[in-house]
Amino acid sequence: MSAAGRVPDARWRPAELVFWAAAVAVYFVFPHHLVLASQILITGLFALSLDLILGYAGIVSLGHAAMFGSGAYAAGLLAHHGWGEPVSGLLAGGAAGAALAFATSFVALRGGDLTRLMVTLGIGLMAYEVANQAASITGGVDGLSDVAMGKLLGLFAFDLGGRTAYVYSLAVLFAVFCLSRRIVNSPFGLSLRGIRDRSARMPALGAPVSLRLTAVYTVAGGIAGIAGALLAQTTQFVGLETLGFSRSADLLIMLVLGGAGWLYGGMVGAAAFLVAQDLLSGMNPVYWQFWLGLLLVLAVFFVPGGIVGTLAGAQLRRLEARR
Amino acid sequence: MTAVLRTEKLSRSWGALAAVREVSFALEAGARHALIGPNGAGKTTLVNLLTGALSPSGGEVFLDGDRITRVPQHVRVRRGMARTFQITALFPNLTVLETVLLAACEQGGLCWSWLSPVARHAREIAEARRIVRELHLEDEMDVRTRILPYGKQRLLEIAVALASRPRVLLLDEPAAGIPKSESAEIFEVLARLPKDVAILFIEHDMDLVFRFADRVTVLAAGSMLAEGTPAEIAANARVREVYLGEAAHA
Amino acid sequence: MPGSLPGVLFDGVAYGSLLFLISVGLSVTMGLMNFINLAHGAFAMAGGYVCAVAMNRLGIPFVATLPLAFLAGAVAGGILESLLYRRLYRRSPLDQVLFSLGLTLMSVAAATWVFGPGSQPVHLPDFLLGQVRVAGVDLGAYRLFLVAVVSLIALALIASLRMTKAGARIRASVDDAQAAAGLGIDVGRVFALTFTLGSALSALGGALSIDVFGLDPTFPLKYLVYFLLVVVVGGSGSIAGSLLASMVLGVLDVVGKYYVPQIGAFVIYGLMIALLLLSPGGLRRMAR
Repeated sequence: MSAAGRVPDARWRPAELVFWAAAVAVYFVFPHHLVLASQILITGLFALSLDLILGYAGIVSLGHAAMFGSGAYAAGLLAHHGWGEPVSGLLAGGAAGAALAFATSFVALRGGDLTRLMVTLGIGLMAYEVANQAASITGGVDGLSDVAMGKLLGLFAFDLGGRTAYVYSLAVLFAVFCLSRRIVNSPFGLSLRGIRDRSARMPALGAPVSLRLTAVYTVAGGIAGIAGALLAQTTQFVGLETLGFSRSADLLIMLVLGGAGWLYGGMVGAAAFLVAQDLLSGMNPVYWQFWLGLLLVLAVFFVPGGIVGTLAGAQLRRLEARR
Repeated sequence: MTAVLRTEKLSRSWGALAAVREVSFALEAGARHALIGPNGAGKTTLVNLLTGALSPSGGEVFLDGDRITRVPQHVRVRRGMARTFQITALFPNLTVLETVLLAACEQGGLCWSWLSPVARHAREIAEARRIVRELHLEDEMDVRTRILPYGKQRLLEIAVALASRPRVLLLDEPAAGIPKSESAEIFEVLARLPKDVAILFIEHDMDLVFRFADRVTVLAAGSMLAEGTPAEIAANARVREVYLGEAAHA
Repeated sequence: MPGSLPGVLFDGVAYGSLLFLISVGLSVTMGLMNFINLAHGAFAMAGGYVCAVAMNRLGIPFVATLPLAFLAGAVAGGILESLLYRRLYRRSPLDQVLFSLGLTLMSVAAATWVFGPGSQPVHLPDFLLGQVRVAGVDLGAYRLFLVAVVSLIALALIASLRMTKAGARIRASVDDAQAAAGLGIDVGRVFALTFTLGSALSALGGALSIDVFGLDPTFPLKYLVYFLLVVVVGGSGSIAGSLLASMVLGVLDVVGKYYVPQIGAFVIYGLMIALLLLSPGGLRRMAR
């Protein structure tokens, strides 16, 4: 009787502990690849923010990079103009991402999936154009360099080997992850899943759908902004491509291939994508693009749940078959 | 007057098409009120107007004497109005328990709480489990709705509505699509619904209507054709002509 | 170069005509099957490349390449619909987005590999070059040609939708596919026919647009937001709506870029936001 009746709880599964232990172990096992590893963590954080709106609330966005880029530029500009304190820059980036998400939520969340797709795409393109045109502020196509960072917590300088960057990124990722985990396992998270599954039914349960979506979109925007700020601070550079369509599209692909709606899918997808991209970096980029497209098409037909989704789905079906 | 739900000349039209024409009716507290009529009579539209899923072209809706005509749907639910859907509209990836729990949490005003896990809210969990048991769904508690058999889905529809702790329950063809041989379960559930809840149910199955309804309203072409006890309606010549037609001429 | 307002407006109309020709298929496909096809621009690109190859490598005159482009689009659309798209009609919007995004990436990569990343030149025949004086205004001959061709096609589309049996079947299926199937309409055939025709028109539009939009492998992604705008603003499934939306978009975009080049690129985004705030259902619903 106690085995039946699963509800979302906060218990950590063993597989999760293994995952985070592995992330810590990377610091010791791959000391010469920490720059790439930091990129994976940052992209994983960015993917986590997309998972919240896509995997849990069902909002398909092709312009999430707008929030990421605005966080990057916010933190980058702060440092560029003399304020190099990392944590406050991080918060500034988060605020920028959240503000942009909130402001655009009034158009972006209206209408059906097609409208949302078009609006988020448009907003991403607009953000790119704005940054491009404001070249005197953002550095335009050349990018914003001279993002000089001070010491983290006043103690740890950002070193070329990426050691400080890795620990910093891992700490931020873990903290935000724990927050996201709380959100998805809470009653709010349950209502998001209801909205994702059948938003038309939710008002009949007493739920104010638009408000909930605006809330999660804003939070996700903030997380994307934090990820962007992390990128700016750890690479000490901000380019236009942080706002570009490629970044939004690649992120969507990473999340889906990893598995949306499981919270870990984004990080797994980011790791797989970036490691593969690094290993295949000698390849003609045209081939990469082609095989990626093909992989996506095949995934839709054969592996729709992504890596984590397929594994978790198999376990779910086993549990259901046992009853 | 103890009408818990009341309408005054409620209308809804789309251009030249009038789906509901000036319907004025009252639902008493604790009533078992059936709404019948031929297909296309406007029954589901009327329920959509009552719940706020549709806004009326004219007329008013009153809940406990308060005018709720402009009140949005989700607020009406908080005030005690719940409904089921004729075409099952559930959440494919949520389990049976999660679905009922979601409705209970919404009713408890918990769904803005984002820091504590669902598992901590013992009261809502207990309530959800109770409803799941009452609706004979406890064997399917952890099954995701998408693989639930149709009959169980219809029961889940009712469970979700009950979890909103309604004072007014609007059931849109609760036994829709269930063959007669299997509808005993639903009938039994309907019979055991709390006596203080006012129930309006749309039905085509006359057996169900005569068994459970203490009052019947007949809708045809958007207008109220007749209203009375089941016996009065069965004897009403106009109703027999319009609706029970074949039986009258048999 | 147009110097006067009528000239610029006409330029916008020509631009809008091309948008319409390319996007109408997407709009009807969306209204009919509720399928979000981000790869629609790839059919336009394919038509463009067929035209460019036929012109530049095979020496076929420009106007003669147009039916070839149309045919190429029809073949590509027909094959892809029956092999792949058909299996995804009931899938979630996300799956459709991912599938069509994957197809788009593949087509962009393939085009880059085969034709290189640069733009394709187009050699218009002499009679389409230069200017023509119409009602006291100098209008580009090619743009006149574009508007004429697209107007004819638009009329033909609207007429055949209203007057032919096939058109009636399409309209019924757009309104309510389930009801149409209940009436005995082979909805699967309607889908296939519509998709094929839409892809063919898109390919034709792609060929015609080389001179106006330019043609390079990033075409499907570069103009994606425009095609989506036409569908959303015009209301999916509506030919008249797509026409109106394309014209509004084309004119505003050209006028904006000409008169206020600094913010010209933002004019369409501003339009998008304004229209959505006023009417989420698109222009077609507003007209009702």
